Amino acid sequence: MSASTTPTQSTPDSSPTGAGDVASTVPAQAASAAPATSYEAKFRVWRGDAEGGDLKDFAVEVNEGEVVLDIIHRLQATQASDLAVRWNCKAGKCGSCSAEINGRPRLLCMTRMSTFTREETITVTPLRAFPVVRDLVTNVNFNYQKAREVPAFVPPPGVAAGEYRMQQVDVERSQEFRKCIECFLCQDTCHVVRDHEENKTSFAGPRFLMRVAELDMHPLDAAEETGLDRQTTAQDEHGLGYCNITKCCTEVCPEGIKITDNALIPLKERVADKKYDPLVWLGNKIRRRTTG
Amino acid sequence: MATGTERPQLNTGVHDTSRAAITARHLRTDRWWLAPAATAAGLLAFIVYSTWRAFGNAHYYAAPYVSPFYSPCLAQNCETMKGGPNLEIFGGWWGISPALIILVFPLGFRMTCYYYRKAYYRSFWASPPACAVAEPHKKYSGETRFPLILQNIHRYFFYAAVLVAVILTWDTVLAFRNSDYEWGHMGLGTILMVINIALIWAYTISCHSCRHVMGGKLKHFSKHPVRYRLWGWVGKLNHRHMQLAWASLISVALADFYVYLLASGVFDDPRLF
Amino acid sequence: MTQLEREQWDVVVVGAGGAGLRAAIEARERGARTAVICKSLFGKAHTVMAEGGIAASMGNVNSGDNWQVHFRDTMRGGKFLNQWRMAELHAQEAPDRVWELETWGALFDRTADGKISQRNFGGHEYPRLAHVGDRTGLELIRTLQQKIVALQQEDFREFGDYEARLKVFQECTVTSVLKDGDQVAGTFCYERESGRFFVLEAPAVVLATGGIGKSFKVTSNSWEYTGDGHALALLAGAPLLNMEFVQFHPTGMVWPPSVKGILVTESVRGDGGVLRNSDGKRFMFDYIPDVFKEKYAESEEEGDRWYEDPDNNRRPPELLPRDEVARAINSEVKAGRGTPHGGVYLDVSTRMPAEVIQRRLPSMYHQFKELADVDITAEAMEVGPTCHYVMGGIAVDSETAATPGVQGLYAAGEVAGGMHGSNRLGGNSLSDLLVFGRRAGLHAADYAAGLTTRPAVDEGQIDAAATEALRPFGAEEPAGGGAPENPYSVHQELQQTMNDLVGIIRREGEMEQALEKLGELRQRASRAGVEGHRQFNPGWHLAIDLRNMLLVSECIALSALERTESRGGHTREDWPGMALDWRRVNLHCALNDSARDPSADPALSRISLSRKTTEPIRPDLLDLFDKEELVKYLAEEELHE
Repeated sequence: MSASTTPTQSTPDSSPTGAGDVASTVPAQAASAAPATSYEAKFRVWRGDAEGGDLKDFAVEVNEGEVVLDIIHRLQATQASDLAVRWNCKAGKCGSCSAEINGRPRLLCMTRMSTFTREETITVTPLRAFPVVRDLVTNVNFNYQKAREVPAFVPPPGVAAGEYRMQQVDVERSQEFRKCIECFLCQDTCHVVRDHEENKTSFAGPRFLMRVAELDMHPLDAAEETGLDRQTTAQDEHGLGYCNITKCCTEVCPEGIKITDNALIPLKERVADKKYDPLVWLGNKIRRRTTG
Repeated sequence: MATGTERPQLNTGVHDTSRAAITARHLRTDRWWLAPAATAAGLLAFIVYSTWRAFGNAHYYAAPYVSPFYSPCLAQNCETMKGGPNLEIFGGWWGISPALIILVFPLGFRMTCYYYRKAYYRSFWASPPACAVAEPHKKYSGETRFPLILQNIHRYFFYAAVLVAVILTWDTVLAFRNSDYEWGHMGLGTILMVINIALIWAYTISCHSCRHVMGGKLKHFSKHPVRYRLWGWVGKLNHRHMQLAWASLISVALADFYVYLLASGVFDDPRLF
Repeated sequence: MTQLEREQWDVVVVGAGGAGLRAAIEARERGARTAVICKSLFGKAHTVMAEGGIAASMGNVNSGDNWQVHFRDTMRGGKFLNQWRMAELHAQEAPDRVWELETWGALFDRTADGKISQRNFGGHEYPRLAHVGDRTGLELIRTLQQKIVALQQEDFREFGDYEARLKVFQECTVTSVLKDGDQVAGTFCYERESGRFFVLEAPAVVLATGGIGKSFKVTSNSWEYTGDGHALALLAGAPLLNMEFVQFHPTGMVWPPSVKGILVTESVRGDGGVLRNSDGKRFMFDYIPDVFKEKYAESEEEGDRWYEDPDNNRRPPELLPRDEVARAINSEVKAGRGTPHGGVYLDVSTRMPAEVIQRRLPSMYHQFKELADVDITAEAMEVGPTCHYVMGGIAVDSETAATPGVQGLYAAGEVAGGMHGSNRLGGNSLSDLLVFGRRAGLHAADYAAGLTTRPAVDEGQIDAAATEALRPFGAEEPAGGGAPENPYSVHQELQQTMNDLVGIIRREGEMEQALEKLGELRQRASRAGVEGHRQFNPGWHLAIDLRNMLLVSECIALSALERTESRGGHTREDWPGMALDWRRVNLHCALNDSARDPSADPALSRISLSRKTTEPIRPDLLDLFDKEELVKYLAEEELHE
């Protein structure tokens, strides 16, 4: 950054375009930053669609402070205008730009180029657990399907809007899970469905098992009163038993949610309460026999 | 890097026809195999060592120290340990190493532990070997069926592990004697046993089932302030569950090995006072 | 006749952000079969970016708060240019809209007595923003999304089909609102994934497409913000209102260049963060305008005491409305007191312990750590203004959100104008989405239900829309020779033009220059061509969106040139003061004749501008203010009316 090492550098010049406005000092800075720090990176990007495709090599300029998504955009603007990529906020808040970088599920916008060496070839592919649409875009409908299968929050009967009272300590656990930006990286990396297409019907995936946990821990959720047992159904309908807690979901979560330790394992323990605790089971059996 | 070429092409998982056509079963460029390999090596080493020791039925008591592998000692064929953990529940018919009776419990606790499950599913069963590295199995049913559905009884092993830890704590107290059973003494072995029992407790308490029992099962923490606080403490320890699992595994083996060395007469316990 | 798929719905909602989803929920609950159509995946709308909170005078933290105070703050923030009835409805209904979210599963941060916690924000007299850490927008969008799913689950139980009465068409774009006479008849759309065209026939359409930020280079807005709804309304014959008012958020990231513009939430200042220039001075004390003199602290000591004891101290000037802070930062940088990367310092590290920062501002901590390698608990952030929000928008009826002139067309959220006047207060956008999203959905559903015959879709309009959408593929041979234009280059030049010439500080000559440049860009855009095919082709999508951005940019530049005063989000260097006479003047943009003539030279202006005098503010609302305050905003004759 040669041009802006001192504050006075960003004072207005007398150019007719009114470069005195803060915003318009950008181009000058970006331009001056480029020669000092930019380099050419080697990229391999998967291009293709449902019919087939392969990894294509590109050489592309990289500037200081850029993330992989910037490079994909540069490819679009200069070498491959029809390169399909899904993105939105570019700030790690919307969870749209999920892909796999050097084989690891990541957000394109949160993967800084500075984490790679300049010599390294960076491979970018679409998510490999979902059907591919085109280039880096996959069909993520599986997730929307699973979202629909988790019964919604049940408001407590007799409590009017505005009368809800909850303590901070009681909402914090579910709040952690509600940080989820639905990037579906956890769904992508989970081997239960990534490596076994046939399990997709019976397994909701970490994101939606976490949703079950979130609702089960919601201090005012009244599912139980309506006869809905979120714990038993987590196992019987959403496939919690498929999870072998190998923690890849937690590893890839860009929000740092402790999916396995705070959602899935506690949910497994709750299921154990309901289904696999022999004492509880025996108690139920005896009660049923005496009443039946 | 090894790719899927030598593997039979299963048209499932990442090679399902609907997915992006990429032949490699993974594209990771980092040393993803290192963690599962190290885990497998560590666990294997422990298995070999502990099998040798458990079946050995010898050199497990060197007054005042008892090996954690043989405590409590539940058969008549145990060595007599003065004031120590001799509980002859199994009587005289038990002919082989008494360690095998008691080791079922800590072994079961660790086998069903959520951390160890992750560790051995990844490193021994390659399910998955690492994140986003395709696993070699055709079918996968996880913990939905027998036998893996039994993992759900982890909490009972936790209760048993607490009992064992209580007894090992008593053993540690007994270690504050000298070889003539006089109180108020310490040796290097005492220090090792204290470290070991501390790690065993930390590992046991940091268990996910314990966290659940303490307060995790509650819907309203605010109505149970004491249990909420306990849940919070256990939660803090639980963050370190993996580290504690390894530390306690190593310490228990070391404590046992130390007793072995003393009992087999390799050297004498350096006494502090 | 173009062969394509058609579906019949009662209400079509364009946009699936806060306003769109709230409208869809309301319409569906009123019994209308409702379709939502959005450019991104369901749940990714720009609303997720909102950080600070939802303004609603629930009075949970300070019981002195009520809707009247909120109304006053909103009017002050908007410099009295607000459509006052909207501001009134907004202030009255916001608490109910927030409470309702809880019944759908939202989990806001709590007060000690278990109520929804509320935080301070710029321009709000009391702590008023319901929030969840600094990810309130995410909570809002997720809650609405999950409510939609809940309604779909209801339909599944009843009809065996999740989408029987409420369907989300995700990753689809609307390029035209179809009409039957002056009535809405449906929308012409394409699916981004396949490029397939389809028509949703519906008597009522709610536009909830958000803003226009992608016409500017430095912006906190995502690619979706291409002014689609604004352009759709214009093209359908509904006017746009006061488009000159564009909010530049004072604190966007300035470094590194690839993240320049990304928002740094106002909660940083609400929770104690201060602005300093390169001399280490808290410069905001020098920039308190006269109209706010009595409300803001005069010394750092007083400002600091306010965080602990707000009843006996005045708030620090870092919490002035956004337009004031943005201008102040701009002036400091201009005067040579900026940071190395052309911003100013925003510091929390010396104001709060590290763990408090991490707890209260987790996403900011994360954002700076990940994107700029800056630890905000240890060093100051560098920030500068970024294009954030457009106050102007589609002119709507305050009560019903209906557009004048086009029956069945409604607008809500950022795309609608009027509510925020010349400047929006932080936190008022999320509540705006909920209040007017609901109203738009309600009235759209009622309007659709009240019709006896459904308007017919005109085949000619469908053919024209299809031809227009496909034009970029046929652009290989431009009439005047030469290669087709690259839509990306046209877009970049448009952003640079708007940023440099119609940015935060405006001058007559520059805006004239901008209008000229826009004419040239329109010409080039008409020759924009793309490679490849229709399946998920971003170049093609951009070429289509260019039409909208160019239309909206022209409205902004024309209105900004016309309004010869400085007010809120419109600052004229050549007309620095606020002119009382302009308070009652709204500027309306409508399409002119050359825009309707497909053979007209694209360089010709396509917008006609007109002045409209606003309704006088209702006397009982004026009575909420002191006379001394009103004289600063209202012209003499208004005071006597």
